[in-house]
Amino acid sequence: MIASLRAKDRAELNRRGFLRVSFAAAGGLFVSLYLDREATHTALAQEGNPQPPPQQSPKNFPPDAFVNIRPDGKIVIQVNRLEFGQGVHTGLPLVLADEMDADWNNVIAQLAPAADVYKDPLFGIQMVGGSGSIAHSFQQYRELGAKTRAMLVAAAADRWQTTPDKCRTEAGVVHGPAGQSATYAELAGEAARKPVPASVRLKNSSEFRLVGKRVKRLDRSAKCDGSLKFGLDLDLPGMKVAVVAHPPVFGARVKNINDEEARNVPGVLNIFEIPLAKGTGVAVVAERFWAAKQARSLLQIDWDLAGIEPADSAELWTTYRQLGRTPGNMAATQGDPAAIDKIAPSNRLVAEYEFPFLAHSPMEPLNTTVRFDGERAEAWAGSQFQTFDQAAIAEVLGLKPEQVTFHTEMAGGGFGRRAVTDSHVQREAATIAKRLRGTPVKLVWTREDDVQGGYYRPMHFHRVEIGVEADGLPTAWRHVVVGQSLLADTPFASFLIKNGVDQTAVEGAADTHYAIPNFHVSVHHPKVNVPVLWWRSVGHTHTAFVMETLIDELATRARMDPIAYRRKLLKPEAKKLLRVLDVLDQASAGWRNKLVRGHALGVSCHECFGTGVACAVDVSIENKRPKIHRATIAVDCGLAVNPLSVESQFQAGLSFGLTQLMAKGAITLKNGRVEQRNFDGYAPPYIMDAPAAVDVHIVPSTEAPTGCGEPPVPVISPAVVNALARLTGKRYRTLPLTSI
Amino acid sequence: MATYKLNVNGQPREVTVDPSTPLLWVLREDLKMTGTKFGCGISACGACTVHLDGIATRSCIVPISHVGDRPITTIEGIGSDAVGRAVQSAWVETDVVQCGYCQSGQIMAAVALLKATSKPTDENIEESMGGNLCRCGTYPRIRQAIKTAAAQLTKGAA
Amino acid sequence: MRRIRAGVSVSVVVVAVVLWLNAFAGANASDPPTTAQGLAAWHQIYSVLTSPRCINCHTATDYPQQGDDRHRHIANIVRGPEGKGVPGLNCSGCHQETNADSTGVPGAHNWHLAPLSMRWQDTNDQPLSSAAVCRAVTDRSRNNNLDGPSLLKHNEEEPLVKWAWNPGRHPDGTMRTLPPLSHEEFVAATRRWVEAGTPCPPEK
Repeated sequence: MIASLRAKDRAELNRRGFLRVSFAAAGGLFVSLYLDREATHTALAQEGNPQPPPQQSPKNFPPDAFVNIRPDGKIVIQVNRLEFGQGVHTGLPLVLADEMDADWNNVIAQLAPAADVYKDPLFGIQMVGGSGSIAHSFQQYRELGAKTRAMLVAAAADRWQTTPDKCRTEAGVVHGPAGQSATYAELAGEAARKPVPASVRLKNSSEFRLVGKRVKRLDRSAKCDGSLKFGLDLDLPGMKVAVVAHPPVFGARVKNINDEEARNVPGVLNIFEIPLAKGTGVAVVAERFWAAKQARSLLQIDWDLAGIEPADSAELWTTYRQLGRTPGNMAATQGDPAAIDKIAPSNRLVAEYEFPFLAHSPMEPLNTTVRFDGERAEAWAGSQFQTFDQAAIAEVLGLKPEQVTFHTEMAGGGFGRRAVTDSHVQREAATIAKRLRGTPVKLVWTREDDVQGGYYRPMHFHRVEIGVEADGLPTAWRHVVVGQSLLADTPFASFLIKNGVDQTAVEGAADTHYAIPNFHVSVHHPKVNVPVLWWRSVGHTHTAFVMETLIDELATRARMDPIAYRRKLLKPEAKKLLRVLDVLDQASAGWRNKLVRGHALGVSCHECFGTGVACAVDVSIENKRPKIHRATIAVDCGLAVNPLSVESQFQAGLSFGLTQLMAKGAITLKNGRVEQRNFDGYAPPYIMDAPAAVDVHIVPSTEAPTGCGEPPVPVISPAVVNALARLTGKRYRTLPLTSI
Repeated sequence: MATYKLNVNGQPREVTVDPSTPLLWVLREDLKMTGTKFGCGISACGACTVHLDGIATRSCIVPISHVGDRPITTIEGIGSDAVGRAVQSAWVETDVVQCGYCQSGQIMAAVALLKATSKPTDENIEESMGGNLCRCGTYPRIRQAIKTAAAQLTKGAA
Repeated sequence: MRRIRAGVSVSVVVVAVVLWLNAFAGANASDPPTTAQGLAAWHQIYSVLTSPRCINCHTATDYPQQGDDRHRHIANIVRGPEGKGVPGLNCSGCHQETNADSTGVPGAHNWHLAPLSMRWQDTNDQPLSSAAVCRAVTDRSRNNNLDGPSLLKHNEEEPLVKWAWNPGRHPDGTMRTLPPLSHEEFVAATRRWVEAGTPCPPEK
């Protein structure tokens, strides 16, 4: 069921989107291949036309929900997940367009609204995350493109009274055996009547015209001239703007509001208490954002803190350290868990690591717009979790999800912040829209709301004891992780938390590719009154740091080259990591052994979400901060669907990862209150903090593609810190790096 | 509320707003020009950068009452001269953007740099662009695009 | 005859008394302040110069400071070749002609950093000693060639100096903290110090 259509499509099709025929001025028959099969069946049946029942099977994605061949020749492709920088807005359409043999110059990509047909084929919800866009939808979009092409060719073959095998396609045109040709737009109407093939032949990689090529982003021009609209840019007739005063301590409730001054701000329309995911807050609705913000700052609110646990970073560290020095729930075990105790202390390495809370802080502050008319609702948001968000809005408004038209807006970053199972921002917006029935309202979170509003990468403590053999390789590894469970109290809990272990807290450590005979990882999941969330690359943000700094320390101890040491220690099955280490070796050979005085090399490698990455950095210390002159990256992501996109993701993702090292890269709490307010207190990397140059080397591969959204993040911080260790002789186990 | 006559991208515009309203919000909500972005509200990120009388200015902290008759140039109008065009073109050719939300501000800052310095060094780039945040991290490609634009402008001027 | 002689005697006494009184008054009004008084006045001036509203722009580094805790200015703002920032990040881009209280950004005409020759801190952001600051302020090869009277005029009339006593408000309405003396007291102390010959404390 197509939940919603863009305005110009609405002009061609009615809300339910059944087949429409329009006659072009020249008398031809042009039809847009964009229809809802079920509704078509119903509609045509009602008109007395017998039609075969639509073929609906969960794996059989109807091309018409994804491809619209417009009469003007433009091919509009629906993208089944949010574009928030990772490039899926270009990446999936190019896959479809390639198999379809569409003219890439005529392709327009759109972000699909929330609908069943757009659910992730593997996860069964409409979402983006886990670096899964290409990995999960590559095959899907290939088939969609191939099926559409097959239907167009079948239509042409009919027209020319020949057979499909005698026709070929190129750049949006079908060519017949006797010199005939027809554009896809011309054939669309007839093609729409063809049955969707159950199976199709997909291209050999040698036939690819777009896949595997460096394809520039479809959205790049509009993002350079101010014309591309993000969720925050939405403007609707009669729209009001709302901000919410959130409690200073998570979960607190409003006790008393003095809004006299606030109501005097011109343009303020309404001020009222609303329930939040936890606790309550105060909504301020105004004609304009500035009025709402001014009024909110004039509110005097007494908060009820009774029974609310005030989280405090210093206290948490004390608790976490204690927990970390005791065994937790077993996450991985191999060999003898007591092996470490039998090793002489002089052959043991013990290390404790501390990682603070981190805010995701995408550049576009969170926002959602909702309009509720009593029977239906319409919502706009740059959502990573459309299925959850649509359902949450429906729940708040007393509707069914299909009664909520949920538009996916282009988002200014996400990094996981827009993937929240409790849909708290959408719930706030829906609650306010319910009160303002009939009037669209845009809820805006300010940067202060974002920095102080929770949903952080959790604090973590690690304690690792390593026993080392004479050859310098570890024989025993006992590792305790302490950190809040991300998945507890979410729909994912029942199948992703096993035996008290939340996989997301130990991934990257428990499933390490290093061969360590006696290997034991356990975890504690304390309950803390701070809402927590993924943060780009999730568990790997801290586990990779621990693993790769310790491995490096062992390499130094063994007086081995850091690349050689890793090669030696990795399991032979770790094919991707071994490959990228080889490529890194070659690609960095030109510079890594020729560093000038004051510069040092740092190396790391890590695999996450199926992609293997190796990293080498050239680092010096300038003005007491690490200066990264160069980073060389080797990546094995299987088939690189868009190598330009892979390169961009790695060049840029390294910078995101460096947030962890920034002097002000930490969220801390004192007596329940977040101490940072904005980018002055929580300062991510700016241009001088990022590597000045990054060269990316992609391992040639024909294996199934794996993602690149998150894999850049885990490798950079340990690589930089490994370089610093060579410069200063110190070990850096507490993040962020406030001093070097 | 007060009425202000503004000069935006060469066009006369008139608004009636609270005098304390930052220029950013007048542009976005009263003039419906959403190319200039809201990122932090405290001039820490640069997403709101416009040119006020040719000087790169963070519009989130300039109240409309402080603007006067100084000409305002936004991302929507920056392409009206050779430097603006060269920067936008270089950005597009170099495939700089990811989420794109910071890029209006980045481009406005880069134009200011190139108008003052036709052959910026790496240090010039770091200093002038050092106040513009990009959470996606497109910094390496931003550097590349600035150098491309500089080369393009030098070639054009030759 | 005896009456005229008595009048002359009284006049002599009156004149003598007046001259004697003048001698005392001269010690407070017409005589210049002593070195000790000048140093005491300098001590007061130093307390103002090293207060955040003043010293934040008299750094030894390539960046300004902000706030009462004098942290490095956000957004990597740098000095630039003339203390006015760099293209794209000029001081006057954000700091307008007057304070912007609604957004919490201070402003005054020609907002810029004092030149490095007028630094009052070391490169670790620590305020220099009273002796060192005094030397900097009185060294005409470093202080823009200002003599005593010019220094007084500077402290009395320079807009950026006067801004310190009208530093604007934070968005929450609270005013930025003021220097430890009022502007009038600061000017008066400067006058005393200048009249004492701008003495500097000895280097320790």
